[in-house]
Amino acid sequence: MVRHQGLAVTWQRAAARSVIGAVAAVCLSGASQAQETFKIGIVSFLSGQAAESFGIPAVNGAKVVIDAFNKGAAPAPYNKTGFGGMKIEPIYVDENGGATKQVQELRNLYDRDKVDAVVGYVGSGDCLAVAPVAEEMKKFLVLYDCGTPRIFEDNKLNYVFRTAAHATMDNVALARYLKARNIKVGSFNRINQDYAWGQDSKKDFTWSMEKLYPEAKAGEDQLPKFGSGQYGTEISALMSKPADITHSSLWGGDLQAFILQAGPRGLFKKSQVVLSAGDHVLPSLGEKMPDGTILGARGAYGLMSPKSALNDWWWDIYSKAYNVYPVQAPYRMVQSLLGLKLAVEKAMAANGGKKPTPEQLAAALRGLEWDSPAGKIRMALGNGHQAIQETAIGKTRYDAARKMVMLDDIVRFPAECVNPPANMKSEDWIKAGFPGAKGCP
Amino acid sequence: MSSLLTILIDGLTYASWLFIVALGLTLVFGVLKILNIAHGSFYALGAYAAASFVGWAATMKWAPGFTLVAMLLAAVAVAAVVAPLTERGLLRFFYGRDEVLLVLVTYAMFLIMEDVTKLIWGANPYYVSEPYGLFGNIDIGHQTYVGYDFVLVLLAAVVGLVVWWGLNRTRQGKIVLAVIHSSEIAASMGVNVSRVYMLAFSIGIFLAALGGAFTAPMISVQPGVSVGVIIVSFAVVIIGGLGSIEGAALGALIVGLARSLAVHLAPVAELFSIYCVMAIVLMFRPEGLFQRIQSRKI
Repeated sequence: MVRHQGLAVTWQRAAARSVIGAVAAVCLSGASQAQETFKIGIVSFLSGQAAESFGIPAVNGAKVVIDAFNKGAAPAPYNKTGFGGMKIEPIYVDENGGATKQVQELRNLYDRDKVDAVVGYVGSGDCLAVAPVAEEMKKFLVLYDCGTPRIFEDNKLNYVFRTAAHATMDNVALARYLKARNIKVGSFNRINQDYAWGQDSKKDFTWSMEKLYPEAKAGEDQLPKFGSGQYGTEISALMSKPADITHSSLWGGDLQAFILQAGPRGLFKKSQVVLSAGDHVLPSLGEKMPDGTILGARGAYGLMSPKSALNDWWWDIYSKAYNVYPVQAPYRMVQSLLGLKLAVEKAMAANGGKKPTPEQLAAALRGLEWDSPAGKIRMALGNGHQAIQETAIGKTRYDAARKMVMLDDIVRFPAECVNPPANMKSEDWIKAGFPGAKGCP
Repeated sequence: MSSLLTILIDGLTYASWLFIVALGLTLVFGVLKILNIAHGSFYALGAYAAASFVGWAATMKWAPGFTLVAMLLAAVAVAAVVAPLTERGLLRFFYGRDEVLLVLVTYAMFLIMEDVTKLIWGANPYYVSEPYGLFGNIDIGHQTYVGYDFVLVLLAAVVGLVVWWGLNRTRQGKIVLAVIHSSEIAASMGVNVSRVYMLAFSIGIFLAALGGAFTAPMISVQPGVSVGVIIVSFAVVIIGGLGSIEGAALGALIVGLARSLAVHLAPVAELFSIYCVMAIVLMFRPEGLFQRIQSRKI
């Protein structure tokens, strides 16, 4: 009995030890799980000329979405807490200061801050500079905003992704909009900033017009420097030989200054102005934005975004947090973070629930498709590293009752209509007359 | 003929904007021997202050014409508050030190002020476009110009004449010239050199702020407006000769016309045209058009 008692005590002690051990293990594992974080370096303009229109709205978008992820408050399939249970820890870095500084900052993020991924870059020049560095370091990099098509068309990259369509889509869509709306174009002028984004946008629009309006003559080709601010001379040049269409990819403070100076001089009345990336100035310019301007948002963003539960959720959390509706930059930020979340969780599932390596992350994001507030994002180009998406173009009208600029006459373009196929470079695709383009209105 | 007229008008309006800013830069260098990299930040401060003052004038229901007075007051406020603080609180500790050190100090000021303006006014844009429409439009040939652009030309002429007259025809101006020539001798003759430095710096900053305030109606005032203007202003004062008012005027006119010519005839050479002219001037007049060769003091 005693022996039995002894045995029973021993058994009970052993059971208690086991239970305590198991509980402790669970707790420890839980604690370690709870402590596990996924560090993201988020690089965007926090100062300088691109901060107001792009950098800060994008970072604001990142903040509300990461907060929602960490609380597990995003809608399905994005409703797991953080990234697969790992708390997301963002580190925000200012993109201002030039490409050389960005290369150093990127190295610091990977080497010093030990981030698991970097999401960033508005400037096309910055993207072109940092992509080879991430590749050389074998670190995971998501380009969320910059537009130059050259990154994946001129390079084969393994660790670098761009989760938004490139600038070819914007300019092909603009030209197709003119055609879809039967707008007569006998001539067209252009004004674009003198750097990678402006030059590429100008070329894509010009080539598209050559195909869709072969009779139209290309006129003025103004290339002011980035941050010029004073456009009086350029406006005179554009008005000296007014064309049916004036195309521009100006953005941010440059676009605002151009509109403020060209509006009173009558350029918008003498010529149909078409802006490839103009949506982001609408909330701030308000009634100063000339009616009837045709513009794109570099995607189906903001006032042109499609109706969906995901878009309603995103619009709501952003508008409540910042008292303004989201425009293109925060939209592109949220679509990159949604894609990254799914890729991390997919890679974790394939890695036994553990944090994935850059190689595993890259494998998970390559060729991935996901729903975003702006529609379906598909990593269809550049060997699965470059996204395509649908886009939309509309026409401005100031609504005095609502005290905001509305967009009318919106035309939507499926991704396959305005993006090149996987086996062609943008330039070759446009010059060949858009072979394989599908579903164009 | 009409193209030539357009080029001249565009060149003149651009030059007038540049001259107001470059005049302050050259004045500060002439008196204090400071190559003020932060000059563009004071220009931005003037633009932001103008946005606030014009907004305030609107709430006070001032007549639209008085928005120009509000912009002028904004520039005065920047000069009266920020300039003495900067000169007395920072720059005077570096007088007599290597000019390169002062360049670094003003560069640090530029970076700090960029963030300070953002802390005060935030990152959202400000619009002060009401004054831009005050003077209506003027049709010249095939072009429609905004009357405000010609007001800027007038403002530049008035500012240039007042500064020249003040320096060359007033007792105070002659004291400043004496300090420019030799601060040691001026001090030994009883001139309060520190006061002259503070006054000259304040006037220089007033001109930068005035340029910013009167540019504000044409742009959206937001972070980064300080960068573009400072680079071209340096080209102007280098062409004209650092420290010369006449040089700043001629330099601004040359840069304005060269740029206008390029934009109309060869847009791709817009920036190149400015620095090409600067290089040509420096080849023949390394000290600038209006700067006399100075012997080195031992």
